Amino acid sequence: MRRPLQYLALLGYVIFLAFPLVWLLSTALKTSQEMASLTPTWIPRHPILTNFTDAFAEQDLVGSALRSLVVAVASSVLTVVLALPAAYAMARHRSLVSRLAVGWVLVSQVFPFILIIIPLFMVLRRLDLVNTLPGLTIVHVTFVLPFALWMLQGYVRAVPRELEEAAAVDGAGRVRSLVKVVAPLLAPGVVATSLFAFISSWNEFLFALVVLKDPGVATLPLTLVKFTGAEGVVRLGPLAAASLLATIPSLVFFAIIQRRLRSGLMTGAVKG
Amino acid sequence: MTLTAERARRPSTDRPRRGTKGRQGRETLILMLPALVPVLVFSVGPLLYGIFLAFTDARSGRNAVTSFVGLSNFGDLLTDGDFWASFRIGLIWAVSVTVLQFLASLGLALLLNENLRFRSFARVLVLVPWAMPPVVIGLMWRLVYHPNAGILNSVLQQLGVIGHNVDWLNDFSIALPAIIVVGIWTGMPQTTVVLLAGLQTVPKELYEAGHMDGATTLRRFWSITLPQLRPVIVTITSLDFVWNINQFGLVYVLTQGGPGGQTRLPMLFAYEEAFRYGFFGYAATLGVAFVIVVLAVLGLYIGRQLREAN
Repeated sequence: MRRPLQYLALLGYVIFLAFPLVWLLSTALKTSQEMASLTPTWIPRHPILTNFTDAFAEQDLVGSALRSLVVAVASSVLTVVLALPAAYAMARHRSLVSRLAVGWVLVSQVFPFILIIIPLFMVLRRLDLVNTLPGLTIVHVTFVLPFALWMLQGYVRAVPRELEEAAAVDGAGRVRSLVKVVAPLLAPGVVATSLFAFISSWNEFLFALVVLKDPGVATLPLTLVKFTGAEGVVRLGPLAAASLLATIPSLVFFAIIQRRLRSGLMTGAVKG
Repeated sequence: MTLTAERARRPSTDRPRRGTKGRQGRETLILMLPALVPVLVFSVGPLLYGIFLAFTDARSGRNAVTSFVGLSNFGDLLTDGDFWASFRIGLIWAVSVTVLQFLASLGLALLLNENLRFRSFARVLVLVPWAMPPVVIGLMWRLVYHPNAGILNSVLQQLGVIGHNVDWLNDFSIALPAIIVVGIWTGMPQTTVVLLAGLQTVPKELYEAGHMDGATTLRRFWSITLPQLRPVIVTITSLDFVWNINQFGLVYVLTQGGPGGQTRLPMLFAYEEAFRYGFFGYAATLGVAFVIVVLAVLGLYIGRQLREAN
């Protein structure tokens, strides 16, 4: 008696979670004539892939996807370069700074973005970085850094200190032991952290909205939103296709790191 | 800025045990510096300056003269009808999304904790909204809710629930419930994952003991699962509440705060004040007021939970 009910409930959840996704996919495969018809159907009558090629033909979309890519790659590289030494220090020497960094991760959750974004906008304006990709990159790096630090120092902690000591006994210098012993063991953590930074930047909308006022430098999320506002029903197909394409990088990278993220969130939740 | 001072003082006083510790403190500082500078310059600093702005009449213009106005922004805020309307909408939104999302996620987590078939499929599916760009989630649901081309109207008409197409996101009374559903959908992954992990830490022996004592399923859930999960529940619902009350991007994409301000969450209100009308000081005041509200709500909630736990 219980099992069937449980399966029924599970089916309900699966439908609730999946139906918007299925609809997005279905819309992306429909012709503009079908979109304009008054009786929408789940399965496209004449499935087409031209919406995807149309999306690629759209100058704005391709340009903004490239800009998003530049910002996301720059953010993830910078984040790791800045965070790695600090994460090492935090993990190896317990200090006030590491506790403050963890505290900042929590505090920054409570403060509404508006309190930070107005003065940040003023700072960027003074530095002439408004409407520039470096400006947005700086913002993205700053906001992913605390969490990246937290992630990375967990990985450093997992590398046994004895390995470094053994290397020292064998006559390896400090730098040599870091490069030869610690770095290879840290590689998966570095990859996970940079992928996380990439996803955060690639998906980010609000800071981009404030920092990039000029449509000529818009990132992908900004262009997607503009695209919906201006176009009628006919253009919904390419929009859905573009949305799907925009999701792919995040989805793939997320699939790679989700196990680590889940455990990270869990430790945070239990400790808090 | 107090952070810098504390940081500089700390290493020398904190390490009396060994001579090498002083050097170690310096090394730590040098290693931390590349990460600390951007965080201090671009987020701690601006945050403090933002709090200061709340007490000024700052405007957006490059050459606007800013002067200190004390608490007058707070006075304006308290008598601003638009703010209170937005505040009310924000509370309805944050409380309903947090509560409903928690109940839905708890149900799903309990199911995923059972030995059901297709469980791993559902586990993967539930993570998808987590990875999607919020903008795409918003666009996707706009397609679902589309008055003519949307699937929701079509399905509900076929089922005979509604007689004519509903314009979900532009109807004065339906828009807010409609975006609340999207909020629940979007936030379910984190909540479910955390609750599921919490469920897996509940010792099996407790259930066995409960079983021996003849406790029913419901009774075991009520007397074993819930109390054991309490710390996890308090943490995740608090976080969800904070995230939800500060929500911006998703609703900006869905409705831009419309129709007629019916879904104008507080952060959309603040964004408009700051970047459409240029009232930087006033928007910052709203931010400060919100920190106070959020801390008060969390304080009351967590305090009560702690008292009940004892």
